[in-house]
Formats: sequence, structure tokens, C-alpha cells
Amino acid sequence: MFDRRLLQNFEWRLLALCFTLGVLGLIALYSAVSAGSPAPQTALFYKQLVWFGIGSVLMILAFALNYKILDKLANFIYVGCIAMLGAVLVMGKYAGGSRRWLLLGPVSVQPSELIKLVLIIVLARYYSKLTKTNGYTLRELIFPAFAVLLPCALIVKQPDLGTAMLLILIAGSVTLFVKIERRSFWILISGATVLAPLVWFFLKGYQKQRILTFLNPDRDPLGAGYHIIQSKIAIGSGMLSGKGFQHGTQNVLSFLPEHHTDFIFSVFAEEWGFAGSVVLLAGFMILIIWGLSIAYRCRDPFGVILSFGITAMIFWQAFINMGMVMGLMPVVGVPLPLISYGGSSVVTNMISIGLLMNISMRRYMFDS
Amino acid sequence: MSSYLKSVDTDWYKQRLSGAMLWAMAGFFLLFTRFFYLQIIEGEEFKRLSENNCIRLQTIDPPRGLIFDAKGSLLVDNRPSFDLGIVARDARFLEQTLAKLAEYIQESPEALMEKIRSSKGVPSHKPVILKSDIDRDLLAVVEVHKFELPGVEVIVRPVRNYAFGSNAVHLIGYVGQINAAELKTERYAGYNPGDLIGKCGVESVYERFLRGKAGGRQIEVNATGRVVRVLKTLNAKSGHNVYLSIDQNLQEKAESLLAGQAGAVVAMDPRNGRILALTSSPSFDPNSFVTGMSRADWETLVSDANHPLENKAIQGEYPPASTFKIITAMAGLEEGVITEHTKIFCNGIYRFGNRDFRCWKKEGHGWMSVVDALAESCDVFFYEVGQRLGVDRIARYAKACGLGAKTEIGLDHEGAGLIPTSEWKKQRYGVGWQRGETLSVAIGQGFNLTTPLQMLSVAAAVANDGQLVKPYVVDAVEAGDGTRVYEAAEHAAGRMPASENTLAIIQKGLWKVVNGNRGTARIARIEGIHVSGKTGTAQVVSRKGSDSFRKIETRKHLKSHAWFIAYAPSENPVVAVSVIVEHGEHGSSAAAPIARDVIAAYLGKNQPVDEAALDNEVR
Repeated sequence: MFDRRLLQNFEWRLLALCFTLGVLGLIALYSAVSAGSPAPQTALFYKQLVWFGIGSVLMILAFALNYKILDKLANFIYVGCIAMLGAVLVMGKYAGGSRRWLLLGPVSVQPSELIKLVLIIVLARYYSKLTKTNGYTLRELIFPAFAVLLPCALIVKQPDLGTAMLLILIAGSVTLFVKIERRSFWILISGATVLAPLVWFFLKGYQKQRILTFLNPDRDPLGAGYHIIQSKIAIGSGMLSGKGFQHGTQNVLSFLPEHHTDFIFSVFAEEWGFAGSVVLLAGFMILIIWGLSIAYRCRDPFGVILSFGITAMIFWQAFINMGMVMGLMPVVGVPLPLISYGGSSVVTNMISIGLLMNISMRRYMFDS
Repeated sequence: MSSYLKSVDTDWYKQRLSGAMLWAMAGFFLLFTRFFYLQIIEGEEFKRLSENNCIRLQTIDPPRGLIFDAKGSLLVDNRPSFDLGIVARDARFLEQTLAKLAEYIQESPEALMEKIRSSKGVPSHKPVILKSDIDRDLLAVVEVHKFELPGVEVIVRPVRNYAFGSNAVHLIGYVGQINAAELKTERYAGYNPGDLIGKCGVESVYERFLRGKAGGRQIEVNATGRVVRVLKTLNAKSGHNVYLSIDQNLQEKAESLLAGQAGAVVAMDPRNGRILALTSSPSFDPNSFVTGMSRADWETLVSDANHPLENKAIQGEYPPASTFKIITAMAGLEEGVITEHTKIFCNGIYRFGNRDFRCWKKEGHGWMSVVDALAESCDVFFYEVGQRLGVDRIARYAKACGLGAKTEIGLDHEGAGLIPTSEWKKQRYGVGWQRGETLSVAIGQGFNLTTPLQMLSVAAAVANDGQLVKPYVVDAVEAGDGTRVYEAAEHAAGRMPASENTLAIIQKGLWKVVNGNRGTARIARIEGIHVSGKTGTAQVVSRKGSDSFRKIETRKHLKSHAWFIAYAPSENPVVAVSVIVEHGEHGSSAAAPIARDVIAAYLGKNQPVDEAALDNEVR
């Protein structure tokens, strides 16, 4: 099964790009955790290294086995992941105001990261079984809607509004990509515009507050609003060439919240300036172009939709995260792929990139 | 696989992908322009702001909600405290500034330096508190010399002021700084180190109402830490006000009656469970927690043999002693082992097996009915009833009357007490129940444990014709604008397992305890009002005496605890009281007068009845 043609088509450059981004992330992470007051948390750096190791192994698995078996396993994986999300609500670890982690022996796993990829697989399976050129009708969209709203509901409960919105964005992108039938599309749009005010009317006061703050961080000058100001100062003060490795001042003084997870890009941009930011941005851009070109060259609908979905997932996370730290987007807990600290995020993204390689390698092979 | 290609060919996807590519590139272009704007165009300005970490956040502590009594007297409020703090990185140079400051406030610079060193957890742009709650004179000195003291700040924050000191402290509780363990719990999500939280009592249970919402300011500071500009302000929202159910005057009366003794007094409206007074003695001044207590003071407080920190009214678990005879009588009547007319002869001794169980009255009570046995607290009568019932039937009635379980008064650390059963003993000690132990249980000794609050509930339920109610201590919580956010509701807590007839017999017995001419608590009579009650004398060591193998520090520790539970007026009860005096010896002499005075104060009768005069009055 593993013949030479596969090796010839192996995506070395994609692998190199993935590791380059990973190394940039580790550099930023080292700076973020070693300088933090009051107590440096360098242990996090080594944990992240271990996660990259685990991610690499899973990545090899992800491209070694033919991706078409995912078509068959999709439903099992989905049900398993939903079960984990349910378990998080019951017995998850509580930290920092929400319940997001499942303790499995020595490691804590964040199922809401894994579900991003699992959802894409399920949608790819559904849409590829029922291909259409003139778009899907409302009736045909019932299953995908259910598949995305179930995990969303469980994630909102944690609560993690950001990840839930991200799931809807990813599923929405994939669905728009495979096309919604014109009339159904307009019905959906008008339905949403009518329903939104109605839903708003039924929300409780504090829920409205939370959404308003989400949309406009300035409403919360002591929390999100303050964090965005500090983040903008950090990024802006990096100027052209940055302050240098471990010389960021915003980072050092624990001005930045979550400086090793969601706001790690601010640390990076402060220390490496516009030059570094553009390099990182270019890295992500190449990754997205690469992903889309893999979809472009693939000839099997499942592979096309899967690779498109993965690319969309990476794009949205990168776009929302960078937009957020620069004050363009709501403040939501979306990690920067391969850069932010977090085992589940790293592993999910590395498996995803492994799948991209997989699809690319097998583009000439029609039967497995 | 060929089926895939029926309707959709790869060219169709290619066309869709080109569109997606355009959208992605637009996204990246947007991010790129934002980078350019922040880092190149606005870079200089952000660089300046980052130089001294100019933009900072000052929190504004919310004033905590006030606490009132039922009649609206203010029990707890807030006063401003002026704390002297220093932001180390703004105090250039730290040594010089500290030396100057030390001179003004008359402390050694080393001591101040030590405070800064020991404050590792505080980020360097946040002030370290050097001296809290400074007085006005010191404040004036510091304000005058402000410009020689870079980095030094006076921080004003509201602190708790307990207007009546130790009064009702066990009910109200006190506040203190949140600790590391509490910070990690879900209950205190959103709290920061240094925040004050309610540590016990109503302050703790009603924390979420009382706390309010912190505000803050985004400020821009210059190189010496002085505020140049306030960018944004969010006002703090004060906490909600709590209205307790207690009556401050009655509370004070109860505390004065217990002064100098260890024990507890609780009073409640038997009809609805409103707690009217709740005191535990000895107590302590919660104000000393506010400003920070010295280690030595704390040590004395926790090592005091009389446990001032303990709320004896709800945490103290004591053998109920003869007050438990209410339960034994109820079980006996309901189970049919006795009737109102059953007579049992007491000659002072009840022989069981080869052991003698004595009545408290050596010469014996003679022929006793259940009403007289309650009134005169005859032990022998209840030994016999207990023997007829067996421990498990007694336990069933005790539990149905709410004993052995928390009353759910809504305060932390409430004790559940203990009602023994044969099964419990087997599990706990691995040996079966001895029938002789039933005798002790029947008169409320042995393994039985109850809190004063539980026995209050029993008295109240008897007064209330068998209806148990859940006690509560907070009438209402009001927001600053007067809207009610919480209102107490009566909660029925089941019925006593007793018929009207049985209750009438018990009520008659309790009436006779005070009003009969041989009742044990004739001392509790009040002019113009009929009081009903039951005395109890809880042995600390067995009556047989174990002096020989116990090291005795003082004789006092061997004296019995005195109980009295009561309600009044007997015909139409509006108040029930439970009193325990640790080592007070006799319920009749130590506890009953306290209950009497509390009832008299509540009903506005300040004259206890002249005992001698009443002794002659025959019913």
C-alpha cells in the first residue's frame, strides 16, 4: 500500500513550513513564559515541546494511513468527540472561569479543539456523498445544521462563546463552498435577520451584556477593553524591527493577559516588530495558499471538501486571533494555530496538516 | 468511486476554490494594513506609552452592602480606610524615598524595605501596602510631602465597620482577605488576591449579594507614577443591603444575660421560623479582623478553651438531656406503650440487669403520669418508657422531629447532631446495642447529641401544634434603589409524628414544668404570661463518677450543661427560646432564668414573677 509514488509526492515543503511556524511559536512562548512576573513558568515551554513531539507522531499517522478510511470512521469519531464534550460539562476540570478540560491520567485534553477537525470530517463525508452543482436545499442542510449545533450548544455551556462561534464559521465556510441553493440561501438569510431581534428580546440582561462586550470590548474598560489597549501598545511599540528576544516590556510586567495562549502574538510582535510580524503573516498566508492548492489538485470530492475545511479552519483561527490582538475583532478565546500554548490545539492542527499532506500524496490514486 | 463524478466534476470545485482564495487574500491584506498602521504609522506613540508602562488599571473597591436588623437599625456599615502604599518602580530611587518616608511616619526604613521584599506576588506597577489604616495626622504629613515621595500613594478603600462590635458576631460573621485555596474554587471565580470576602456567618453566605461590583480606572501615569490622565472610569457598584430577622434589642439582652458564661441563646418565632436572636458566648470583636489581627491575638482567640470562634447555637453539639423527654413521651404515646393515664412508680432507682439507674431525685417521685413526669422531669418514668419502646423506635421519632439532621438555617458549619440507632452502633463500633443504653437515650444522655437550634425547633414545633418550620435569619435583601432581590419565604419542614391528642398532653406537661407547683422551672414564670418549657441537665461525665481516672484541671469542667427550651405565651405562642449554659449545672437554675428574661424582654414584660408568691398559687 505504501508505494513509491507516495514518497515522490510527499509534501516536504509543507512539512518544513509547519515546523518553521512551530519554531517561531516556541521562540515567542519561551519569551512569554520565562519573563513573566511574578514567577516564570518555563515548565510550560517544555510541556509545549512534548506536545509538539506527540503532535509529530500523530501527524505521521495522519498522512501514513489513507485518508479515505476517515470517510468510514467519521460517524464513530464524531459520536466519541461529542461524548467527550458532554463529559467535560459533568466532570471537566474547572479553571479560569470555565470548564473546558478533561483529565485523562496525567494530561488534560480540550475536546472543543478536537471537535473542530472532527466536524470538518463529518461535513466532508455528508457533502461528498450527496454532491450537487446547483447547491443544497434547506431540507438537505438539516443534518449539517444539527451536526454543528450540537457541539456548539455543549461548548456554549462551558462557557466558551468564541469556540462555538468558530465552529459555526468553519461549518458555514464549508457549506458555502459546496454551495447553498439560491432560494434556500435567501430564505436562510432573511430567516436569520428576522430571528436575531426575537432571540435578543428573550435573552437575559447579563447575556445581553456579555454579547455586547464581546462585540465591543470598550464596554469593559477593566477587562477586555484594557487587554486590547495593552496588546495594541505591545504590538505597536515593536515598531519596525522589534525590541529583541526577551526584551518586550509589556510582556514582562504581566500587562498582557493570557500572554502565552491567546495573546502570544502580541509578545511576538513586540519583540520582533513589523519585520517579524510580516514573516509570520506570510507563513500563514503560504499555508493557506498551499491548503487551497491541495484541494485544487485533488480529484475526489471527499478530499476536496476535507482539505478545504482544514484550510478554512486554520485561516479563521489565524485571522480571528491576529485580528483580536490588534483590536479588529471581538476578544474571544481562539488560539493562533501552532503558535499559542496548548496541547490540544497543537495536536489538532498538526493532525490537520498531516491530513493535508495525506490528500496531496494520494491525489493520483483513485482506489485504496 | 466513479459515482462521485456523476454530477460534480473537479472543474466545478476549482471554480469555487478560486473564489475562496480571493476572500482569504483579502483577509490577509486587511491584517497586513493593520500591522502597518499599528507598528509603523502609530509605532512612535505606542513606544512612548510602553516606555513606563503608562497605561495602568486602578481598581475601585465597591462598598459592601450594609446589614440591618429587622427594625432597620444599622448593624454593619463601611468606613474609609487610608492605606499607605508604594509602587516600587516609580519610587526613584527606592532607598531615598523609603528613608524619607520612614522619617515622616516614624518607622525604620529596614522594616519598610522588608515589606516590599516580602510582597513577591505583587506586580511591580501595583502598590505594595506599607501601612494600612493610617490616621488623619499621618495622612496629612504624607499629603504635604507628596512631591518628595515619588511612587508613594495613599489608597482609600472602604472597610467593614461592625457598629456593635462583638454583638451577634456569630450570626453576622466577619470579612477577611481571600486566601489561595479559596481563590481556586468555582465559588470565587472573578476574585483577585487581596479581595475581602465574608469569612463566616451571613457575611459569607450572602457574599454574592453583599459584595457589589468592583469598578476601575484606566489611567495614564508619568515617570514618577503620578496620574496624568484618566482614560476611562467604571464606577463601582455597591453591594445589596441585607435585613436580618433578628431584633437588635433582644439580641443585646440575650448577650448580656450570657455574659461571663459559655453557652448559647436562640430565640425564634415558632409560627414561621424567623430567628429573633442568636447568640453564642464567649464572642469576639470582628473589627479586629478588619485591620489585621496580630499573630498573638489570633493565637489567644483560637486556643481559648471556651472556643469564642465557634457558633455554639448551631455548631455546638450537646446531649439534649431531659429536653429529649419530649421525644420519648411522644414516641411512648404514639406507639401506645403508655397513655395519658399510665402511672409508673418512681422510688429513685430503676434496676436494670445488675445495674442501678438513678433518678435525679434520690428519694423518688412516687406515682407518675406522663404529664407529671415531664413537669418534674422524672428519670425513672422515662427509663421505663424507653425500655418499652427500644432505641430504634425512639430514634424514628427523634429523626422525624428534625433531630440528627441540619435544620438548614442557611449558615455555614451547622452541626447535624446525632441520634443513635442499633444499626448505627453496629457500624460505628462493631458491637450490638446494649439494652441498658436505651435507658440513657430515653433521658437524652448516652450517644444523643443535638444543637441548641435543633432543640429550639422541637420546642417551636410543639408550640406550633406539631408543624415544623425551617429557621431563617435573613428577612430580605434590597438593592441600593430599594428593589427587593431576595425575600424570605416560610418553609414548612414537615410535621411532628404526633396526633393532636399527643401534642396536647405534651403541651400540658411543658406548661406544668413552669406553672405546676412541683415543676422544675417555676423560676421561669412571668407576670401575666404563661410560659411553657422543659429543663435539661446534660452530664459531662457519667453520674457514677470517673474522677479517679480523669485528670481534672478545674472542678468546673465536670459540671453539667444546663438546658432550657421554652415557648410563650402558652395559649398562643409567638416566641420560642433555647438556652444552653455550659457547665451551668442545672437547667432550672442556670438556663431557665435566661430564657425567662429573653421572653419577657421580647413580650415587653420586664418583671419576672415573684417566686415565693407564686409557689402558693395552686393551679
